[in-house]
Amino acid sequence: MKVTDRDVSYVAELANLELTPEERTAMLRDLNSILDYIDRLNELDTSKVPPMAQVSDRYGVDEGKQGSERFSYASREDILEGLRKSLPHEEALANAPDADGDFFRVPKVIER
Amino acid sequence: MDLKSLTIDAARNAVQTRATTALALAEEHYARIKQEDGQIGAFLTLSKERALEQADRIDRMAAEGKTLPPLGAVPVGIKDVMSTRGVRTTAGSKILKKYIPPYDCTAVARMESAGAVVLGKMNCDEFAMGSSNENSGYHSVRNPRDLSRVPGGSSGGSAAAVAADMAVVTLGSDTGGSIRQPASFCGVVGLMPTYGRVSRYGLIAFASSLDHIGPLAKTVKDAAIVLRTIAGRDPMDPTSADLPVPDYVAELNKPVRGMKLGLAKEYFGDGLDEQVRQAVETAVDKLKRLGCEIVPVSLPHTAYAVPTYYLIATAEASSNLARYDGVRYSHRAHGVKTLSEMYRRSRDEGFGTEVKRRIMLGTYALSAGYYDAYYLKAQKVRTLLTRDFEEAFRKVDAIVTPTSPTAAFRLGEKSNDPLAMYLADIYTVTADLAGIPGISVPCGQTQEKLPIGLQILGKHFDEGTILRVAHAYEQA
Repeated sequence: MKVTDRDVSYVAELANLELTPEERTAMLRDLNSILDYIDRLNELDTSKVPPMAQVSDRYGVDEGKQGSERFSYASREDILEGLRKSLPHEEALANAPDADGDFFRVPKVIER
Repeated sequence: MDLKSLTIDAARNAVQTRATTALALAEEHYARIKQEDGQIGAFLTLSKERALEQADRIDRMAAEGKTLPPLGAVPVGIKDVMSTRGVRTTAGSKILKKYIPPYDCTAVARMESAGAVVLGKMNCDEFAMGSSNENSGYHSVRNPRDLSRVPGGSSGGSAAAVAADMAVVTLGSDTGGSIRQPASFCGVVGLMPTYGRVSRYGLIAFASSLDHIGPLAKTVKDAAIVLRTIAGRDPMDPTSADLPVPDYVAELNKPVRGMKLGLAKEYFGDGLDEQVRQAVETAVDKLKRLGCEIVPVSLPHTAYAVPTYYLIATAEASSNLARYDGVRYSHRAHGVKTLSEMYRRSRDEGFGTEVKRRIMLGTYALSAGYYDAYYLKAQKVRTLLTRDFEEAFRKVDAIVTPTSPTAAFRLGEKSNDPLAMYLADIYTVTADLAGIPGISVPCGQTQEKLPIGLQILGKHFDEGTILRVAHAYEQA
């Protein structure tokens, strides 16, 4: 078993999930089963392989260019209302579970 | 009008020549939805007001004798992971039960600018996480070809609606196979374009480096028309490629004779259903008769694709889904006293089991002490998987494989075994990781009359070639 009860609690806390006792039990079982399967990646020697985080830093761009130069087409001047107008206040708050007309409203932030 | 096999051109021409109206066409589709969708469950929300307004606009154009745009009057469905201004968008999740987006997804806006009539939003697995549509926070979708079977996922509603003639085409999204696998299960065409070919702006993020928008359609030509419409640079998505968009429809009629198609043994190993194998081999014979040369290729790291995918996709998802905090637009639990309790309880109530499982796995893979062993390791194997394709594409123009190891399975068959469900994506995830395009085209059926899909994978930004091969196969 790789993942323990304590790990489940710790990771749930990091992820801002509470999880019921039943969910925790199921999570412990599922995570261990999935990670066991994932372990097969260790059969591969990747010590000299660079990581790949993105597709678009390699394909569809000018590979002759390096670093941010490569993405110059994607950059723009940082101007107010550059690409899209900011949402009107009312629209920005329209989906909020709780708002007072000016701000999103949340429970008091004093202690966790 | 007979909706069965109604294509984009047929629908548009009927309205252009005033044999019918866009309004009548939309109403006929709504009548069909009313009659069929009770048992299938493909739609989550109907956008009737918006559809009829657009239909009216198209009808006025037709009445004035103007040439209709390429998708003029065509009734379409949009997977509910794409934002639609003023029309509820849930991503199949209870946490977005009441979410009304204030803006449109670029792909949707481009469809509507081209004249499409958006009938409604398609059911899907919650946040596009699933391979059977059973993870929808609302209800499962049933496969129109056999109601005891799943339609595939996560774009299950999008595939089922096209298969049941409730929409002419739909948009889906593919992160690990979510367009191609349901297309294969429902017997329709499903195209995942190259990463960056179609803007992701307004697509509710699952795994940002893997998410693609693409069409599900009745014919390869319809898929080409939709791709031509939605492809191309969008300043709102910095990862959208700054490359010209070819006329994919014109590509279709170029010859396939002399084209080199790769066959990889890694896609025909254990776990492949015998009937699927036979159907794909028959399809390969047909392509040979069309003048294609079949060349063996090797994609040696294929067996590592699913574990790599489930680390990268879940890691990105755990980060993307952190935004559902109950403050700005998502569900908030009642009676909470502190901020942290609000976060936890809102997310607990709003997310379904599979989404929580993936957030947990992704958070674990990114957490201190495990980052190198899991997330970084997966990113390195992603490089190896991509190199496999680069190597193979030095020898061939496209690669043909089964889309899925089996035909549609039964509802409930895999829903209690996440790992078995993940393996349903075994032939599709690699293309997402490498960012290459892929299409699934129907290639026969099993003895139980369940559709089988042939997958054609291509080079980066070479959708033209896979569309051409798929079209030649379909027409032969």
